[in-house]
Amino acid sequence: MKKKLWIAAALLLILPGMLLTVSCQSRTQVQQPTEPAEPGPTTDVTTPTTPEEPMEPSEPMIDTEDINERERMAMRNRFMNEDVYFEFDSSSLMPAAQRMLRMKADWLANNPDDTVIIEGHCDERGTNEYNLALGDRRAESCKAFLVNLGIASSRITTISYGEERPVDRDSNEEAWAKNRRAHFVIE
Amino acid sequence: MPLKLFLISSLVICVLSPFSAFGQKPDAYININEPSLRKIPLATPYFKAITGDATENRLSTESSDFMAKTLSFTGYFKIINREAFLENPRSKGIIAPNINFRNWTTIGAELLITGGVYYNAGVVEMELRLFDTFTGKLLIGKRYKSHADDQRRMILKFCNEVILKLTGQPGIFGSRIAFVSTVSGKKEIFVCEFDGHAPRQITRDKNIALSPAWSSDGRWLAYTSYARGKPDIYIKNLKQRRGAVISKRGTNATPAWMPGRFELAASLTFSGDPEIYLLTGNGKIIKKLTNKWGIDISPSWSPDGKKIAFVSNRSGSPQIYIKDIATGRTERLTYEGRYNTTPSWSPRGDYIAYTGSQNGVFDIYVIGVDGSLALQLTQDAGQNEAPTWSPDGSLIAFSSTREGPSRIYVMTASGTDQRRLLTLPGEQTNPKWSQRIGSN
Repeated sequence: MKKKLWIAAALLLILPGMLLTVSCQSRTQVQQPTEPAEPGPTTDVTTPTTPEEPMEPSEPMIDTEDINERERMAMRNRFMNEDVYFEFDSSSLMPAAQRMLRMKADWLANNPDDTVIIEGHCDERGTNEYNLALGDRRAESCKAFLVNLGIASSRITTISYGEERPVDRDSNEEAWAKNRRAHFVIE
Repeated sequence: MPLKLFLISSLVICVLSPFSAFGQKPDAYININEPSLRKIPLATPYFKAITGDATENRLSTESSDFMAKTLSFTGYFKIINREAFLENPRSKGIIAPNINFRNWTTIGAELLITGGVYYNAGVVEMELRLFDTFTGKLLIGKRYKSHADDQRRMILKFCNEVILKLTGQPGIFGSRIAFVSTVSGKKEIFVCEFDGHAPRQITRDKNIALSPAWSSDGRWLAYTSYARGKPDIYIKNLKQRRGAVISKRGTNATPAWMPGRFELAASLTFSGDPEIYLLTGNGKIIKKLTNKWGIDISPSWSPDGKKIAFVSNRSGSPQIYIKDIATGRTERLTYEGRYNTTPSWSPRGDYIAYTGSQNGVFDIYVIGVDGSLALQLTQDAGQNEAPTWSPDGSLIAFSSTREGPSRIYVMTASGTDQRRLLTLPGEQTNPKWSQRIGSN
């Protein structure tokens, strides 16, 4: 009799616990398949992500590696900060643009694990529909040039922002020249 | 009687060929200050409040003002100032036997609309009449009854009748305009009624949305959005939560619904080059419509769905081309200027409006589909872009920076009566006019 009470008491304590775990399990089981079923835009997403850097040791050692890393970051920032410029209504690569792209190709060759997004941009003049296509052509010109220099096309994604993302919002020649650009982002 | 016939026939002629006045001078620029067609003087006295209670008086004032504004919107009428009236139908009468038509012809009115408003317990009844003042003949008589908040729809119904009577085709008062507006610096798609009334935000992507396009039945909007980080085409049912996304590699842009079909043309760059494709409403490619290296973008269908006008830089600068879908034949339409983009084929099929540029200034032009009669419709008024026709082909909406920030404006198809459509915070661009939709 006492034994039975014990068992009953134990069951009273254990059963809800089991139910809880079961319900938790079933919940996770239900949830899991829904995630991959959602349309995955992930591959297309091009929002600049924070670059994957090697974790700094908690107590940085004072040696040459630190300097190398700083140098590497400087080159990397330069790669991202220097734009390729175009003439009005043109996606042709001028000599200066070609020089710039050769430097980009060098960097990409030295950093074979990095992939890059080339953004094509236009100045505000003209219709934004045509500029969307023009920005696309500008990014594609840059990509084709890099691929010709031996960079794998799989490492390069292009995106056109047309006239939608100017770096300079003024309406003058100087601002327009700055806005007609291909901008490089390391993924 | 002959005068009335002249009136009506001149209206019809104007509707059928808005540029006839310029037929002799194909190179003439339009003087936007000189109306190209005579406006019909129309008297719209305050409606009569039948029982005379306060609600009726308010409704009658609002409704008659709104009707005058709506008819004036078409550009066909000159609304006569009420100060000039010799007779007040509010106190006198609204039916023919009680109207002294000479009082109206004396002040130059050729048409007269009288109205009576009866209000009781939330329900409004309206009696509206259109008269020819020279003959005293009743051209239209209608009675509407509905909830008090429906006064706008009642008036629009009557205005559609008026336009149908005078021009032989229904008015545009059930149509809507989609456009792009910035909200906190981000571009979103909006929809408003034909006159800018009731703007409504459609997208909330908080990114960049561009180039809205209406399906013929007005149920679907297609547009470009960066919601997933790159330019994709979203196909969205406005009533139900369904749709599709065209998300191919590169730029997916400038959708244009084929008239009467659940199919659209759009420019896609997945091949590495912007080409125009025909796609199903679910986003599946049916076939390639252009095949030429360089930019091909901004398709606009002929009303019969047999041809597209589009922009290509295959000649070295952006120009408008026309492609016959069945024969595959492509012809260049524009030769003047080095920057001609965003073609919009008129609903009557005979003209194409577009954005052209001279010396860095962008203006709205129209050109015959045979390349004849290129006319500049805007001038000395900021940058003007992206024309779109009203469903009857009598008006053109476009964006302009004439008052500073970009806003949507409307003008007649001959460039007269240019006015702002609506005022919203931010900047408005890319207007696209729907077909006639709704109960009108």
